[in-house]
Amino acid sequence: MKAAVTSKGVALDSEVDPRFGRAPYILIVDTETMAFEAVDNSANVNAFKGAGIQAATLVADRGAAVLMTGYCGPKAFAVLQAAGVKVVNDIDGTIRQAIATLKAGTVTYASAANKEAYW
Amino acid sequence: MIVSVASGKGGTGKTTLAVNLAAALGRKAQLLDCDVEEPNAHLFLRPEISHSRKVGTPVPLVDADRCTLCRKCAEICRFNAIAVAGRQVLVFADLCHGCGGCTLVCPEQAIAEVDRELGAIDFGTCAGPDYVGGRLRVGEAMAPPLIKQVRAAADPRRITVVDAPPGTSCPVIAAMHGADFVLLVTEPTPFGLHDLRLAVEAVRLLGIPAGLAVNRADLGDDAVFAYAEQQGLPLLMRIPFDRAIAEAYSRGQLLVDADPCWRGQFQALYRAIETLVRQGGAVPCANS
Repeated sequence: MKAAVTSKGVALDSEVDPRFGRAPYILIVDTETMAFEAVDNSANVNAFKGAGIQAATLVADRGAAVLMTGYCGPKAFAVLQAAGVKVVNDIDGTIRQAIATLKAGTVTYASAANKEAYW
Repeated sequence: MIVSVASGKGGTGKTTLAVNLAAALGRKAQLLDCDVEEPNAHLFLRPEISHSRKVGTPVPLVDADRCTLCRKCAEICRFNAIAVAGRQVLVFADLCHGCGGCTLVCPEQAIAEVDRELGAIDFGTCAGPDYVGGRLRVGEAMAPPLIKQVRAAADPRRITVVDAPPGTSCPVIAAMHGADFVLLVTEPTPFGLHDLRLAVEAVRLLGIPAGLAVNRADLGDDAVFAYAEQQGLPLLMRIPFDRAIAEAYSRGQLLVDADPCWRGQFQALYRAIETLVRQGGAVPCANS
């Protein structure tokens, strides 16, 4: 299974970035092999509006089944839901730790956004 | 003639200048309240509203049966208002700026445009100028399309005085664009100067001749006046920090009614604006 995790850096030991749409990198990790790709999200970091929507489209297009992040807003959540990507919020620590909790089955999947849209 | 009354900083006296200028010109003028997020010109002009109409903006409606998920609509949208996720196309109507790009590029003609309500325009008359005012729906963030429609509702045979919103962002540009003259209002304080600089930059980008009115002109310091002189921004009116003026304002009374000598001053202000527009705005600062 592929999981997407918002990241401050490009390695498995990088810290999770709590922001979804405006995280500098999104790591797409294969949970069986721990092989990963660090996707540069910098184009979205300075997006005028709709950064979450773009990031959600990116995560869905890369074939991730789960997104792990800090906060996910309502528009991004709607896109992920439509694409069938499950969301785990309130993630911190490193990417490696996040994937470990996912594999251990101790995560709670979100049923709604945990951050309000902003202007 | 279209005169837009604008400022960088809020609360400097845009509405005071706009309603009194329009009132001093009487029947030959009309006041457009383009501060649609918090319109207040009607509190001073007290127009009788003859009719109102709703204003909307076009947003896409996607026919899922015709859509092939090609994503051309999502690619052209600068505001990410339309996204393709899984087998669905999602529309985020509150992000849509109504440009119609998605409808145009859809190869399947699967996108229709439907109206999303932004607010309303009120039309009214009073003893003096006509009144046209925009009211943005509570909770709505998309002011420019409503402001453009308020502008379009103006009677071109009358002198148009536009009460613009504060700031220098899109709603202000919508309220200044196409005007013959921008009357900038500020106060002689560091905040007033800071935001005046931004407003002057915006007006210069639009290439519209401008002049300055300083409210509460005997407060603060001289930096605003020095800046105006250095920029060649003509000082067209000074309104003192005066208790009688503040009391009239707090009662919703026009300055030109409270003290008739102001009627003459606002008429003189309009004549000065006319002269500047004829000369293309290049005149020396009035207090230099």
